[in-house]
Amino acid sequence: MSPDAKLTALSTIVVREVRRFTRIWPQTLLPPAVTMTLYFVIFGNLIGSRIGQMDGHDYMAFIVPGLIMMSVITSSYANVVSSFFSMKFQRSIEELLVSPVPNYIILAGYVAGGMARGLGVGLIVTVLSLGFTNLSLHHPAATVLTVALTSMLFSLGGFINAMLATKFDDISIVPTFVLTPLTYLGGVFYSIQLLPDFWRAVSMANPILYMVNAFRYGILGISDVNVGVSLSMIVLFIVILVVLCLRMLARGRGIRH
Amino acid sequence: MTDALKIENLRKTYDSGFEALKGIDLTVREGDFFALLGPNGAGKSTTLGIVCSLVNKTSGKVSVFGHDIDRDLSGAKMNLGVVPQEMNFNQFEKVIDIVVTQAGYYGIPAKRARVSAEYYLKELGLWDKRNEPARMLSGGMKRRLMIARALVHEPKLLILDEPTAGVDIELRRSMWTFLQEMNRRGTTIILTTHYLEEAEALCRNIAIIDHGSILQNTSTRDLLKQLSVETFLLDLSEPVSEAPELPDFDTRLVNEGQLEIDVRQGQNLNAAFSQLDAKGLRVVSMRTKANRLEELFLRMVQENSRKGDKA
Repeated sequence: MSPDAKLTALSTIVVREVRRFTRIWPQTLLPPAVTMTLYFVIFGNLIGSRIGQMDGHDYMAFIVPGLIMMSVITSSYANVVSSFFSMKFQRSIEELLVSPVPNYIILAGYVAGGMARGLGVGLIVTVLSLGFTNLSLHHPAATVLTVALTSMLFSLGGFINAMLATKFDDISIVPTFVLTPLTYLGGVFYSIQLLPDFWRAVSMANPILYMVNAFRYGILGISDVNVGVSLSMIVLFIVILVVLCLRMLARGRGIRH
Repeated sequence: MTDALKIENLRKTYDSGFEALKGIDLTVREGDFFALLGPNGAGKSTTLGIVCSLVNKTSGKVSVFGHDIDRDLSGAKMNLGVVPQEMNFNQFEKVIDIVVTQAGYYGIPAKRARVSAEYYLKELGLWDKRNEPARMLSGGMKRRLMIARALVHEPKLLILDEPTAGVDIELRRSMWTFLQEMNRRGTTIILTTHYLEEAEALCRNIAIIDHGSILQNTSTRDLLKQLSVETFLLDLSEPVSEAPELPDFDTRLVNEGQLEIDVRQGQNLNAAFSQLDAKGLRVVSMRTKANRLEELFLRMVQENSRKGDKA
């Protein structure tokens, strides 16, 4: 395939992915908007007003970056895992497999689709949060870089999950039993400085903590961890997952006999 | 003339240990209308799956219009259009989107893809349904949608895995006409089918595969020459109580108005009619008892099974 043809193939996959999640917007875009609004009202307004300040900021302002990141992570992951697994389930993945699209274009297309939904939902939640608090960007480049890389990382995670999944149960296990606990324990609602030494050390092993803090640094200028280390870790994980995904695609794991 | 498809010593053993292909060789010439026949589980879909890269081969060589799938898979795929046995499109997408998206996978820009999609959807009688979700189509329409999707990038080789399974007779005939026209315009076509009448009517060359081996690979005409006896059903103008004894033909009474007659290779029906006429019997209509190719096919597969049992 010529470079132009590859670009057309890539944009075809991305357009189809965007068309899919916008067509079913009540399942993909509305729920995080409703859930996050409830978080803002209950944790930010009602409970937050009694908590006071956290790391020198209103509690509402403190949790907003974490909640935006939470919705970006879950939406990016969910988009790729559900879309790719549905294609496997309906066998429409064969449309791609019989075509000359190279594996890395297939991967890039799905990841871009996941990022489009993740970042789109992140934007919706950000706009909603402006109704509850004033956000100012402390470091715009760090903010954009962190949210984009995190969205990419979890889109890749969703892709691997979808490749390995053989039934619908398999695509809900990771989000329910891995992603949700790690996100809630990743410093979205609290600073790990509040934790005893032991639990602080345990928290440092949670990769989502680094992403939430890097993003919070971009918006509020505060972080429990080193931002450079956070971004380096995200990039390292992305490289590892890209290699894994391409190997699985080359072997046809779960998609070819 | 180049080879549209060349398969050499192709083997496939599944993880379960089942040996689906035992080193088959197959060549399909450019412009051919070729049938790959075989009973269920014979290896037809595995063979086509490997050609389309939906199945990983164990060993052997496959090339499509000279493009080796190990060295130039992209080149091979560019020349290939596939209509699978089972529905494999997103049921929630619109008909036009399915076809245009498929063109995009081949690097065809959206504007040109829409023109091509319109042409094939009109050819296959689906243009009025273009904005409907695919799940709303009837079974026959879904099959035609898969044909339109397979053709949208103008492949030189079209592979159809049982394209008319479950399709009513009228639609089957219209699909035959469409495929014959595609073949006349230069598209090489390979199909698998359980309707042997279909293979006999459409295909110039036929391969019969069973238990992962090719039993026959020859022209339809040569294959049918192997048929030694053909049986015809004759409808008589007047009822008879017993089958007439003819000097050169075996006859049997089906019912008082219908006769069964065996015609061996080298004999002709005129002689049979003359002998019936001499007995005062008039034939008002006639048809073959069974599809000729079907008889041959069953005989070959049964012989192969017997050989397998002995081994």
